[in-house]
Amino acid sequence: MNNGLLAAFLCVLRRDLLLAARKPADVATPLVFFAIVVSLFPLGVGPEPNVLRTLAPGVLWVAALLATMLSLNRLFATDHADGTLELLALSPHPLSALTAAKVLAHWLTTGLPLVLMSPLLATQLFLPPEALGTLLLGLALGTPVLSLIGSIGAGLTLGLRGGGVLLSLLVLPLYTPILIFGAGAVTASTLGLGPEAYLSLLGAFLAVALGFAPWATAAALRISLD
Amino acid sequence: MPLNFHKYASPKVFYTLAGQLIPWFAGATVLVLGYGLYQSLFVAPPDYQQGESVRIMFIHVPAAWMSMFVYMVLAGAGAIGLIWNMKLAEMAATAAAPIGASFTFLALVTGSLWGKPMWGTWWVWDARLTSELILFFLYVGFMALQAAIDDPKRAARAGALFALVGVVNIPVIHFSVQWWNTLHQPASISSINKIGAPAIAPSILIPLLIMAVAFMLFFATVLLIRLRAEILQRERYTSWVAELVNP
Amino acid sequence: MNWSQYLAMGGYGLYVWTSYAVAALVLVYNLLSARRRTRQVRKQLQELARLNRAGNE
Repeated sequence: MNNGLLAAFLCVLRRDLLLAARKPADVATPLVFFAIVVSLFPLGVGPEPNVLRTLAPGVLWVAALLATMLSLNRLFATDHADGTLELLALSPHPLSALTAAKVLAHWLTTGLPLVLMSPLLATQLFLPPEALGTLLLGLALGTPVLSLIGSIGAGLTLGLRGGGVLLSLLVLPLYTPILIFGAGAVTASTLGLGPEAYLSLLGAFLAVALGFAPWATAAALRISLD
Repeated sequence: MPLNFHKYASPKVFYTLAGQLIPWFAGATVLVLGYGLYQSLFVAPPDYQQGESVRIMFIHVPAAWMSMFVYMVLAGAGAIGLIWNMKLAEMAATAAAPIGASFTFLALVTGSLWGKPMWGTWWVWDARLTSELILFFLYVGFMALQAAIDDPKRAARAGALFALVGVVNIPVIHFSVQWWNTLHQPASISSINKIGAPAIAPSILIPLLIMAVAFMLFFATVLLIRLRAEILQRERYTSWVAELVNP
Repeated sequence: MNWSQYLAMGGYGLYVWTSYAVAALVLVYNLLSARRRTRQVRKQLQELARLNRAGNE
């Protein structure tokens, strides 16, 4: 049975990654959005490096949050529209495992690129190089949590009118702890203080989210599909 | 005892019971609120540090307590509805939400009004107010989610799941905001921040508790009224409701 | 009891009384909103019954 579950997990993962590869625009849009939002801030608050340097941790994290949120619709919408989601729900494998595969695919195509893009945007905001490592590690730990929690919201708002904005309303308050500790870690690094505590907390969030979120998302999907 | 409980879980029976209870809760609310206001506005002495503005605390703190308490009620009722498939519990969650949101709003406004003379600005990102703000967003999210779903069963269950996810997150959010706050807050303000600190003088504690009880009774009254409306709507295709509305 | 002194609330009058006023508004709003909802539902049900009767004729 374990073999069957793993095979099913990998099958869903592979399918989602293939689908994402066929629609590069869907994947690229949140990333472009990330870049645009970060660029908006200097336009809004002025190009003074000291100001931007202070704002950088928060701006980068908020932009990553918003970009992730925008991409969440992709998670279940197309599968719901063509009936694949119903089939997944009917399969003998636990829906939470299949959901986890979809979320992993989502992170690989959204979160991970965001992490990789962040150094570029960080230089735009004059983030000191010593904080860069913390930014990367923090985002690497945090973006999966964003995808995991976001998937719960996506499951709840499946097929609803006004879905995207409603999803944001539901999910953003839940994102605040990750934002606080993620941005806090980077700020600590810029001040020369150790970010270890922040990063371990983010790691703890990730561990809990991995255990709790797929199950909650599966429950949300069942509620929405019934 | 178990028999009685199941009887009251029936929307029809509860509708009648609620109708009988409302006048009592309303009356109790008026009495306790009246006494609470008397205590808050006349009996309680001005605080040596905050002066007369301490009277705002008698609204702000009970409102904040209620905002948390009602959310727990909402999540609890949602959980019961989800686990035991009890319609009445589902309706209770929906009915409680707007009341809880309004208490949160009250806590935010009075927090702001207290903060202006104390800290000089209309808004301060202190731990309690920031947590209250996020809680307000959680309430609004719950209500928006339920409003966006037409099917009452799906709306109830989706809302319940969201409320439960929220409940799990609230301690995390509170803890995060506290940490964030101590990082960014200058020391002078954090000493005033300790409103809930140990050893609250009885002169402050008594009006606080009476106002809290008053708000509780008020919540019960309005909840019962809203719950009756929810029952009528959810049960509108039954014969007992049809007869009630069109005798 | 010096009323003007009392109302001034040691300089905090505006803030204290606004707080209590907002509290009163919130409580009243809750009541009115609950009653409005009840009326709304009743009206809806009466309309439903009317349509049923009309449909049956």
